[in-house]
Amino acid sequence: MITARGLVQTFQTRVGKEKKEVRAVDGVDLDVAEGEVVGFLGPNGAGKTTTLRMLTTLLRPDAGTATVAGYDVVRESQQVRRSIGYVSQAGGVSSGARAGEEVMDHGMLYGLSRTQVESRGKELFAQLQLDGLWERMPKNMSGGQKRRLDIVMGLIHDPTLVFLDEPTTGLDPQARANLWEHIARLRTERGATVFLTTHYLDEADALSDRIVIIDQGRIVASDTSDNLKAQVSGDLVTLEVSADQVTLAAEKLASVAASVETSGTHVSGRVARAGRVVPGLLRDVEAAGVTLESIEVHRPTLDDVFLTLTGRSLRDAESEADATDSTDSTDPTDSTASTGPTQEVTA
Amino acid sequence: MSTFFRDSFIVFRRQLRMNLRNPAWVIIGALQPILYLLLFGPLLKPLVSQFGATNGYTFLVPGLLVQLGMFGAFFAGFGLIAEWREGVVEAERVTPASRTALLVGRLMRDLLQLLVQALILIGLGTAMGMRPSWGGVVAGVGITVLVGGACAAASNALALTTKSEDVMAPVINMVMMPVLLLSGIMLPMTLGPAWLERISDFMPFRWIVDGVRSSFVGDFAASGVMWGTTWALALFALAVWWGTATFRKENA
Repeated sequence: MITARGLVQTFQTRVGKEKKEVRAVDGVDLDVAEGEVVGFLGPNGAGKTTTLRMLTTLLRPDAGTATVAGYDVVRESQQVRRSIGYVSQAGGVSSGARAGEEVMDHGMLYGLSRTQVESRGKELFAQLQLDGLWERMPKNMSGGQKRRLDIVMGLIHDPTLVFLDEPTTGLDPQARANLWEHIARLRTERGATVFLTTHYLDEADALSDRIVIIDQGRIVASDTSDNLKAQVSGDLVTLEVSADQVTLAAEKLASVAASVETSGTHVSGRVARAGRVVPGLLRDVEAAGVTLESIEVHRPTLDDVFLTLTGRSLRDAESEADATDSTDSTDPTDSTASTGPTQEVTA
Repeated sequence: MSTFFRDSFIVFRRQLRMNLRNPAWVIIGALQPILYLLLFGPLLKPLVSQFGATNGYTFLVPGLLVQLGMFGAFFAGFGLIAEWREGVVEAERVTPASRTALLVGRLMRDLLQLLVQALILIGLGTAMGMRPSWGGVVAGVGITVLVGGACAAASNALALTTKSEDVMAPVINMVMMPVLLLSGIMLPMTLGPAWLERISDFMPFRWIVDGVRSSFVGDFAASGVMWGTTWALALFALAVWWGTATFRKENA
């Protein structure tokens, strides 16, 4: 569905008086198969949206080639536009227009007839739980409703490939979970190929068959979530013991784990296949006379993956990006908080 | 080609619908020339004989008409910035619709609005004593629509280039002030000293104002009408080309 080779996009920016050339996208290769759901993950400013805009014909690549839905994005942009649906971060409806009218006009720009668009639009409204909102103005909709309306706009011409740019940014947790269900249905019910960008780890994890990680304009990894996590050497096992037994516990953990670290009464280390090792470890620890207060086993998170691949946690990368580029704000309800206290151990 | 007209019409209809929902701007736009007509017209009346005109309103209305075409249309771009911010421009650009149609549909709305405002102005002018050649009025409105189209296209182009009301407003002000002062909208440039008139010779809008004025008194043989029409056409073509280029441009 998507094949990209060596995509490059450069922007001119001005730092003080000095003109600087920034390679926002720096040689991106991508392959997406039909029916795949691919999560394009990276911190703000990594080049996700820029890549997406090149793939959707909105931005002409400075170098490289891309074929989308079988057509070249530069030479056959018309055919690409006909085949794809694109839901941008900003959406695409005027806040003061009526939802149904926006959908009708949008569909008609694809050459659909009035009756075709109307029946398809109403059908999509029902599917995306927007019943009764045909006449509503987007400014009077909730964030989740507005976002689902944006998705209706992107699906009105029944595209086989759908691009979603940060689909759930700014939504409350309930609306996010609801939107995830709808996104998952794009494939299961419509058989669409989905390419979505996100800087939420849990979102990429929950929705995608495969995750492509981009950092500083380059692809740093592309694999299933499980395989990516397997690259991080093992699960994180944390033992909590009383203060006087910390050294002993660390010794025992070190016999099965790599890079054991101690922090207060917590001892932690990476263990390959914790499920098999932990029972033995527990017997071992008990035999040594250590009383466990608690034990925790964390599967690696995508944040661990990001850290392993780039040497920075996703959150650090975000704050760097914010420092240099203030166009996009970091959402505090983000990733690392929900995926477990892991990175200080591996760092 | 038929899809081009269809696309333009879809964009036009959408824009018109949004405008009708909030008609305040159409009225505010027409208000300025009407105020000039009501409050400046009477001042001009006793003076017109000095510069060879017989009817003050037949002299003033053409100038106000061109002013309406320029000012009203120059503000058209502000709406586009709001649309761009809401992702509407991008959503339209990702459809197979012709990029020119995205601009032309918007221009059609601007021109319809201008036409309505022009008719109000002419009606009011006539009520106050304007006695024009009606054939000339039709021609004059035609030229005004071309000028308005040029300014609206330029305004849309400027909007997509700057993407910020804060940048656009001072730029428009900077352009409009000399245009207004040097095109003889209120008083003919021939009143002034030779140096000022020489400068105004370089101002295309001056020729357009002169052209519409000659046309209103039915003097079609005057070179002014030809030059005015030529300039209006040239500006229109140039601005539409610029506008289409920005809609086509990748980072718009």
